[in-house]
Amino acid sequence: MASRSDEQTKALPVGAADVAEQGTAVGGRLEHAARRKAPGYLARGWRRFRRNPLAMASLVVFVLMVLFSLSGPLISKYVSHQTYENQVLGNTFKHPGETASTIQIGGPNSGQTVTYKYILGSDELGRDVLTRLSYGGRISLAVSFITLALALTVGLLVGSFAGYYGGWVDSVLMRIVDVFISLPGLFVLILISSMINNNKIVSNSAFYRNHGWLVLPFVIAVLSWTTISRLIRGEFLSIKGRDYVDAARVLGAKDTRIIFRHILPNVIPIIIVWGTLVVPGLILTEAALSYLGFGVQIPTPSWGNMLTDSQEYFSRAPYLVVLPGLCIYITVLAVNLMGNGLRDALDPRLND
Amino acid sequence: MGSYIVRRVLQIIPLLIGISILVFILVNAVPGSPVSDMAFNPSVRPEDIARIKHALGLDQPLYKRYFVWISHVARGDLGLNMVTYQPVSKDIAARLPNTLKLTIAAFFIALVFSIPVGVYSAVRRNSWFDNIGTVLSVAGVSIPNFWFGLLLILFFSVRLGWFPSGGTASFGNGSVLDQLHHLILPAFSLAIVELAGWTRYIRGQMLEVIRQDYIRTAHAKGLRERTVIFRHAFRNAFLPLVTLFGLSIPSFFSGALIVETIFSWPGIGRLAYDATVARNYTVIMGTVMMSSALVVVGNLLADIGYSLLDPRIKQG
Repeated sequence: MASRSDEQTKALPVGAADVAEQGTAVGGRLEHAARRKAPGYLARGWRRFRRNPLAMASLVVFVLMVLFSLSGPLISKYVSHQTYENQVLGNTFKHPGETASTIQIGGPNSGQTVTYKYILGSDELGRDVLTRLSYGGRISLAVSFITLALALTVGLLVGSFAGYYGGWVDSVLMRIVDVFISLPGLFVLILISSMINNNKIVSNSAFYRNHGWLVLPFVIAVLSWTTISRLIRGEFLSIKGRDYVDAARVLGAKDTRIIFRHILPNVIPIIIVWGTLVVPGLILTEAALSYLGFGVQIPTPSWGNMLTDSQEYFSRAPYLVVLPGLCIYITVLAVNLMGNGLRDALDPRLND
Repeated sequence: MGSYIVRRVLQIIPLLIGISILVFILVNAVPGSPVSDMAFNPSVRPEDIARIKHALGLDQPLYKRYFVWISHVARGDLGLNMVTYQPVSKDIAARLPNTLKLTIAAFFIALVFSIPVGVYSAVRRNSWFDNIGTVLSVAGVSIPNFWFGLLLILFFSVRLGWFPSGGTASFGNGSVLDQLHHLILPAFSLAIVELAGWTRYIRGQMLEVIRQDYIRTAHAKGLRERTVIFRHAFRNAFLPLVTLFGLSIPSFFSGALIVETIFSWPGIGRLAYDATVARNYTVIMGTVMMSSALVVVGNLLADIGYSLLDPRIKQG
């Protein structure tokens, strides 16, 4: 994108001067028109996206889920009055809306009391579900987006080098991609997860004890870079033969410059669409791994690991099954609908 | 045709070797083994641990162990289970039929629902049926399959008591009907995501095909609607589905791991899960290798099926 707007700004003064000469005859309006930049590809895409009510609604829902997840400390402080790890063993399995406790304020004999409620109930250890859902959402979403960034980085490098250089580089890289694609995902992910989490050097570090969930994006990313690398490779194969790439090469541009400045900006729409279509899968993978106990480790909450033991409390506390899954479901659904809208808005093939 | 099949079959050999190397590296990068846990047991002497390690070949260098393992894979026994000292192939042979039963049932459920709904949605584009179908299929694609499984248990087993919540058969009752009864919930929770995804894909394919000139020609000839849709349109829309079915195999296996865990279904997903928890190397490698091989072979069959079905790909 950067290179294209460079060319445009360089080209503008020439055209603008021409217009200015004739400007007197047409009355200045043409000059105005020439100065105004035509809306770019992404701007036009956004305009189409905005006209799609379902996509816009899902964008709003997604933003709300993100805000809910980000507001963990606020909810903890002002709404639930509980931290996410606050266990009250006398208050296990309180159903949504049940009273948590009546707390004396202003000294023991003041007579002033405040009553708190478990808005979404409490779990088997008497922890507030609402607070945990909010903090869990943070972890779940953060894991997904870090994974996205990691997978994109690897996929981008592999795809662009394979597509640009072709030949044996392409063959070797694509055979590696074939191997990764043939692996049954979860089997390998629980393996990699246990490999890292059981490593004494990793698990004894202070960083791991505080931020152990940061391991998870690296685990999931191991298997999620393949699709985008194939897509980018395909685009590079078709773009690298274009005239402007030859022109750049004739001008003496280095390979890295051609790859990153001249070809890469053209695959941005594909990356955006891939990103929105892959995030639901990443959220689901995180949830599945955490559910199985190979993802985010307790006491850190995530939407997946909140479901882990819920199966044992089916009859006592069905909301423990329903609520975390519902959060995952709403988020994934919103991102999926957003992704569909974005694909319709950006896909050049539907653009006639 | 024959040469095409031979070439595709030969292509999977380096792929399987690549997978085996990757799996071996991954598994052996996991620190510890069932043996290393014995170090915490005061009644096991260090020399016993050394002896067991030697017996399992764990004291050999990595590359030697790879060749020992791959020769076991080539012979078909997949190495020795580090806990039971039985060939891993025995464990897998005991579990694989259950997984296949589950995945094949899920496959057919997905097929039986997605084809009619997808085709009808495309034919009656923008009708209420199509709109509801579209909403439901996006809803189905987005649902976490383990959560869906839990909800199914919650409603149909706990609340209504219609279906058992786990296992493959009731104790002391192995009748086909009883097994089917146990199969329904897990198969549905495994099928739901593919079912929804396939429905959307089939709808899209049908919409593409219906626009073609030969469909208009068929209509113009005065053929009945049903003949046009099923004889002319669906046959062509079905071809890309064969590839899609092949590509769905890995997600069926990943899904099976979760569904088997939820429904206590003794398949290879559950076996892999237990083996990973116990760090039982050879069993993990065996299950991953086995399921990768099934994925690769499944894709191969899909490719061959595609070339057999499509008269345009007759040449090699």
